[in-house]
Amino acid sequence: MNNAVNFEPYSAKELETDQEIRWCPGCGDFAILKQVQITIPKLNIPRENIVFISGIGCSSRFPYYMNTYGMHSIHGRATAIATGLKVARPDLSVWVITGDGDSLSIGGNHLIHILRRNVDVNILLFNNQIYGLTKGQYSPTSELNKITKSSPVGTLDNPFNPLALALGSGATFVARSIDKEARHLQKMIERTHLHKGASLLEIYQNCNIFNDNAFEVFGNKTSQKTNAIFLEHAAPLIFGDKEDALGIVLDAYKPRVVKMADGYSENDLWIHDEQDIFKAQILARFFDTEDFPRPFGVIYAREQISFEKAVQNQLEQEKVQKSNIDLSVLLAGNQTWTVN
Amino acid sequence: MAEKIKSIVIKFAGDSGDGMQLTGTNFTTNAALFGNDIATFPDFPAEIRAPQGTLPGVSGFQLHFGSVEVDSPGDNCDVLVAMNAAALKTNLKQLKKGGLIIVDTAGFESKNLKLAGYAPDQNPIENDTLSKYQLQKIDVTKLTKETLVDSGLDGKSVSRCKNMFVLGYVYWIFGRSLQSTIDEITRAFTKKPELRDANIQVLKAGFNFGETVETVAHKVEVAPAKRESGTYRNIIGNHATALGLIAASVKSKLSLFYGTYPITPASEILHELAKHKNFGVVTFQAEDEIAAVAATIGASFGGSLGVTGTSGPGLALKGESISLAVSLELPLVVIDVQRAGPSTGMPTKTEQADLLFAMYGRHGEAPLPIIAAKSPADCFEASFEACKIALQHTTPVILLTDGYVANSSEPWKFPTEKELQEIKVEYVTELNDETFLPYKRDEKLARNIALPGTKGLEHRIGGLEKEDLTGNISYDPQNHETMVRNRAKKVKMIANYIPELEVELGNKKGKVLVLGWGGTYGSIRAAVKQAISEGKDVSHAHIRYLNPFPKNTLELLNSFEHVLVAEINTGQLAHLLKAEFLLHVNSFTKVQGQPFAKHEVYEAISKFF
Repeated sequence: MNNAVNFEPYSAKELETDQEIRWCPGCGDFAILKQVQITIPKLNIPRENIVFISGIGCSSRFPYYMNTYGMHSIHGRATAIATGLKVARPDLSVWVITGDGDSLSIGGNHLIHILRRNVDVNILLFNNQIYGLTKGQYSPTSELNKITKSSPVGTLDNPFNPLALALGSGATFVARSIDKEARHLQKMIERTHLHKGASLLEIYQNCNIFNDNAFEVFGNKTSQKTNAIFLEHAAPLIFGDKEDALGIVLDAYKPRVVKMADGYSENDLWIHDEQDIFKAQILARFFDTEDFPRPFGVIYAREQISFEKAVQNQLEQEKVQKSNIDLSVLLAGNQTWTVN
Repeated sequence: MAEKIKSIVIKFAGDSGDGMQLTGTNFTTNAALFGNDIATFPDFPAEIRAPQGTLPGVSGFQLHFGSVEVDSPGDNCDVLVAMNAAALKTNLKQLKKGGLIIVDTAGFESKNLKLAGYAPDQNPIENDTLSKYQLQKIDVTKLTKETLVDSGLDGKSVSRCKNMFVLGYVYWIFGRSLQSTIDEITRAFTKKPELRDANIQVLKAGFNFGETVETVAHKVEVAPAKRESGTYRNIIGNHATALGLIAASVKSKLSLFYGTYPITPASEILHELAKHKNFGVVTFQAEDEIAAVAATIGASFGGSLGVTGTSGPGLALKGESISLAVSLELPLVVIDVQRAGPSTGMPTKTEQADLLFAMYGRHGEAPLPIIAAKSPADCFEASFEACKIALQHTTPVILLTDGYVANSSEPWKFPTEKELQEIKVEYVTELNDETFLPYKRDEKLARNIALPGTKGLEHRIGGLEKEDLTGNISYDPQNHETMVRNRAKKVKMIANYIPELEVELGNKKGKVLVLGWGGTYGSIRAAVKQAISEGKDVSHAHIRYLNPFPKNTLELLNSFEHVLVAEINTGQLAHLLKAEFLLHVNSFTKVQGQPFAKHEVYEAISKFF
């Protein structure tokens, strides 16, 4: 296979295909596609070594628009297919494109297992909190009491907290971004790639047809200030207007929002540590209440041997230990007899 | 002087915790190494330790060994080893009149009698219940304890050795060497020398018991069978399947990826493959049946030899993914070790009832080739062949075996690496057209495959209908028709690359042809052989390729006045033959979770005369 030696740089333009993009005009998917196409050429991966695997749903058309290798598979199974591909071909850069229905409903089982195994696959979860392709039913991330075509008097099932689910599954990389924040998204895509292990990047994506402005509060430059917090490793948790800044302190294990003007300095605040699983769990839980801003950025990142690497190591060990066994020896087994 | 007998059927029966499967396997290896022809039939409950001493808890291992060709495990036993009352009760009806019964008297105490449904005063080994048989009573439990009195082992470990006493005694009857079993024990207990020594000691004690004590049983000699010269080993079907996959991996120069989820009776393929990672074999135990096949498709997309194994319920779960593989036209081997269904059915019992499901159990027009293995050793060739077809015709293939073939064993004249043919696989590695055309086909209608990592051939495939040649998404009506028909034609054309159907026994044309498929081979062969020996005009043919059928199938069937299709279902192959050829065929079927007995097939044949 090709390696970095004969790697030729390519542009974002060269990652486009001749296929007509079939998303609705104004869909958040366009922005995500664009940021992926902008970011990938900077990652030093030969184009032929990149594979995008998707399931079913609006976002899952994505591979057809990327001039790399790709497979548009079946509903919910992209993570399982990607697992097999990455184990068979650790040399490839494998990306999964999935949605909230694809990965959290029908494919929920495979999502938690790829995370627990820590297969080095980059999972971009386009969360629009709705079923778009089937024209507007509620999804497992739709908020409670939501009115949709399949819930005319409101939904009764609680939504998933995708990042808490991921952490609970033993994920080694968990991050969140949003379609409207181009730079942040690019950075998160890059971090997703750099992490050696399963990486889950949840991307808030607007469905302007069936669930318009679901994330407006986090995307709008004004409301974003008090409703979103953009995390930086080793930086204090501070948000809000410059003049009216807010911070988050940790009282023992309980987070609390404080006004900086009330005599707090940055040294009093919670300092973000990507590698702290306990803090990551608390951050993921900000989702559960409106008392806290929604965190964006890398919530958690921990190095751990990836599954496919462990598989390869085991194969190599066995090859060394049983180097004297060829196919003929194997077929003969332990006990044979000869008839003359 | 030992009595000389051509063939013997022996059944070891006991509680599912009594080690009867191990005892049977050891005797089988011994008989095989001695040079007897053999056929075995392990029959055990689904429960790991079913309630002790009960009828459903009985585990049996039947072995037919002889100095003549042995085709089936045998309908009736000459020798029955019964470790308790329940084992006797369940198996007595199978014992021939005058046959030998060896019982452990400790298994016939009042508690055992009650559990087996005998009245307390009706102990069958004390009254005249067994007067038509030869009865050898041995207090195996007590003798084992006495043998190991100085061993320092706890009671439970001592009790676990008692099967070796029986085995040793049976070896004495047939005048066999203990060496193969001593070797096996030594291998099994490398890290537990005290258990190794105890088992060997008890094995020898059983043998010596026969030598020194005047027993009812007398010595019997079953001479080695005459067979084709060569080197042989004994093998069970699931292991042969696993070895066939490894051989296909070596001969195609592709890494083997086996994605699976544990399920009876297929798990042993996983266990076997997991031991051979030195061949670059990746065994992936997935979170469910769907992930197992999906991951395998991913590995196949990456250039591995992708194989997934399961049984009926798992095949149902894999259906959508197999249709994806049909649409992607990626090589994939799906092994279905059939068991009695529907639903959970009888997991440890055999059946051939997934044929129509393998044939039709997918959405849309999704034909694929189907191959069936006919015997334990044949699983090797069948799985090798399934891999070859999948790789060379770019298609998923279903390999059907069954619980009987999977767990039974027979002598196998195994090949060497050199004797196996190469499996040539050609991937596209450079641009031959203006752009890469993943759905351009060769003369077999197999499509162009380029592996990820190949520069300049980047492309996308998917489950949406593909435009002919380019593989781009297409909703064009005419294109869909072309693609559906191309995929079907590709599968049909495999008939040009497989051997023709042959008559294996009997005349090439004549009165009755018994046609079978899969694991019924041995019983049908034995029954047809008997009928022929009596002068009946009967022949036997066995279909390995169930889709597409061999090219000469109709011609061959038409050469007989009557075709009798024998199968362990309610007539599925018969249904396919009728649908394909508008041909009248007779069906002989049985669905009891058990293989055919020879006499059952023989009686079905006799109805034509």
